Amino acid sequence: MSRMEKRFPTKINMRRGKVDMTHGSGGRAMAQLIEELFARHFDNELLAQGNDQAMFDAPKGRMVMSVDGHVVSPLFFPGGDIGSLSVHGTINDVAMSGAVPLYLSAGFILEEGFPLEELEKIVVSMARAAKDAGVPVVTGDTKVVERGKGDGVFITTTGIGVVPDGIDISGANVRAGDAILISGHIGDHGVAIMSSRENLAFETEIVSDSAALHGLVADMVAAVPEIHALRDPTRGGLAATLNEIAYQAEVGMKLFEEKIPLRNEVDAACEFLGLDPLYVANEGKLVAFCPAERAERLLEVMRAHPLGADSAIIGEVLKDEMGFVTMETGFGGTRIVDWLAGEQLPRIC
Amino acid sequence: MKYVDEFRDKALAKKLAKQIAEEADQSRQYNLMEFCGGHTHAIFRYGVQDLMPNNVHFVHGPGCPVCVLPIPRIDNAIELAEQGAIVCTYGDMMRVPASGKNSLIKAKAAGSDIRMVYSTMDALKIARDNPEREVVFFAIGFETTTPPTAVAIKVAAAEGLKNFSVFCNHVLTPAAIQHILQSPEVRELGQVHIDGFYGPSHVSSIIGSAPYDYFAEEFQKPVVIAGFEPLDVMQSTLMLIRQINEGRFEVENEYTRVVTPEGNEKAQDLVSEVFELRRAFEWRGLGEVPYSALKIKEEFAEYDAERRFAVSESKGKDVKGCECPAILRGVKKPTDCKLFGTVCTPDNPMGSCMVSSEGSCAAYWSYGRFRLERAKEAAE
Repeated sequence: MSRMEKRFPTKINMRRGKVDMTHGSGGRAMAQLIEELFARHFDNELLAQGNDQAMFDAPKGRMVMSVDGHVVSPLFFPGGDIGSLSVHGTINDVAMSGAVPLYLSAGFILEEGFPLEELEKIVVSMARAAKDAGVPVVTGDTKVVERGKGDGVFITTTGIGVVPDGIDISGANVRAGDAILISGHIGDHGVAIMSSRENLAFETEIVSDSAALHGLVADMVAAVPEIHALRDPTRGGLAATLNEIAYQAEVGMKLFEEKIPLRNEVDAACEFLGLDPLYVANEGKLVAFCPAERAERLLEVMRAHPLGADSAIIGEVLKDEMGFVTMETGFGGTRIVDWLAGEQLPRIC
Repeated sequence: MKYVDEFRDKALAKKLAKQIAEEADQSRQYNLMEFCGGHTHAIFRYGVQDLMPNNVHFVHGPGCPVCVLPIPRIDNAIELAEQGAIVCTYGDMMRVPASGKNSLIKAKAAGSDIRMVYSTMDALKIARDNPEREVVFFAIGFETTTPPTAVAIKVAAAEGLKNFSVFCNHVLTPAAIQHILQSPEVRELGQVHIDGFYGPSHVSSIIGSAPYDYFAEEFQKPVVIAGFEPLDVMQSTLMLIRQINEGRFEVENEYTRVVTPEGNEKAQDLVSEVFELRRAFEWRGLGEVPYSALKIKEEFAEYDAERRFAVSESKGKDVKGCECPAILRGVKKPTDCKLFGTVCTPDNPMGSCMVSSEGSCAAYWSYGRFRLERAKEAAE
């Protein structure tokens, strides 16, 4: 039997305790928080190595890596919380290359005084999201800042993944003639967040669409490997994503407003908040570009997946030197769908 | 979406478009000024121009609340924040250019405590939560936003809130329309042809349709009070064209689902209880307009930020080359401005019309600038 001295004579009181400066000091309190909270919930072999890094064999092929910082306010919202969001967000960024996501890292910045009970809820939610997605959090970091220097919890996650052979997905590959598809209703996440903001609370049944999309992506690239580009329309919404790609690929786009899936409740909430749903964030949707002749097949595959059941073909890519994204409005006129100017909804993810 | 989609119906729009095309006399032009930014926004967002015959022209008026506020008033608001007050205002106001390339959002980044609120009640809450700080509500807008400000002042008075005040910039629509019609460009020089007006929708829900009777009669221009939905704009266009064709100049009400001749008398009473007319007020683009704005009555003086704090006489001027003043009067189009789309865009507005999506420059840039390119291509 080991004669190692027991490190922590008493357990952390998760129910009443609060984050204090010692939890980020590098001392025993920090080690205890890591052991009793993070390691306990994120539980996996690589994390259990107990080193400052996770060690694993490098897979063959092209690897992708992506990072995403999460500062959402409020921390808990209908349909999710900062924990699950920080897992989904990064998995999606990795998956939009067509890659299979493999591992995540998580960096926590905690504010002094933050209740450990809430932190545990966040970590549990994060661990569940990672487990459901099959993408473990294999390394992490915790820092504590003085009261007033943060806002509860900020979480930065990094993800790595590997792209299957024969897949070449990039915004730059988009060509005139491509069809534009979306995997479901737009604006749910942004409206769910707004509905739970303190100064704006309104009654709604809308929940965030926060979800990990790599399963959907795997089905899509397996059935239609000719996909040119994938992107998740998060901050800035569908409008920002389409403008980014139009700029990157030097093409124009035309959308059909009537084809864009939009829930009545989201439409109504946007109406009275003065928002345009095209600019409202999504956290569980993707936009796909593929040659027009493959669009019906891709749509079929997307609709067959639970996260793509409401998918639709919403527009087409055009040759346009100015790179305009235009839309035929439901009213019968035409307008530009421009980049978002200024900020529409701060701290949405 | 119930109660809204009905006013955005494509089939009805097509039908109306056909009717307008049939009734519009091809031998003449129809220059119709929409006073309100709400109409400007609807016209661009839904592409209403695409459904109009080419002799029907929208002339964009000054009715965008953040567009007409002159630079010195924004300088004053920044000054109040720099003196240590928490300044609360509606979101669109944050990016409106002030003197010296400043704006509320830049002042906020530089350390002033400026907060975006959704309603006057948010501002009151901030005052309650910060009893040791002065909280100033930077009140802007036309008759529609005035009653909520009156309520805030009355609530503050009833609660005995000692740290809350209002920097009042509420302006009046009929005075501004009259001013435009009296301007030399319209009356004498004939630079601006205005054949009729779309009357404000939300504003008229408060003041009613009666206040427009005078200038329809005096200036012999038809007015149609129009809702802010695209079908409202189309229906009102048809009504204006009919009046013009028949030589009538009446005030007609398309927006009957909301607007009555006498308006919302309760709201009017509330406003007259708290506010009184200013002798004159400076509008961006229109200059000093007599009796065109409100100030807080003596009785509520302690809630008047202008009386409570030292507010200096700012001499701030519009950026050189900015055509906002002429655009607000309908004398120039956004595309006539050298700055439009070159150095002035919604991300970096030089003039007030490029800030809010109700401003004609921002609406044109954000929704309609492809037309400019298409026209260029067609010309080549």
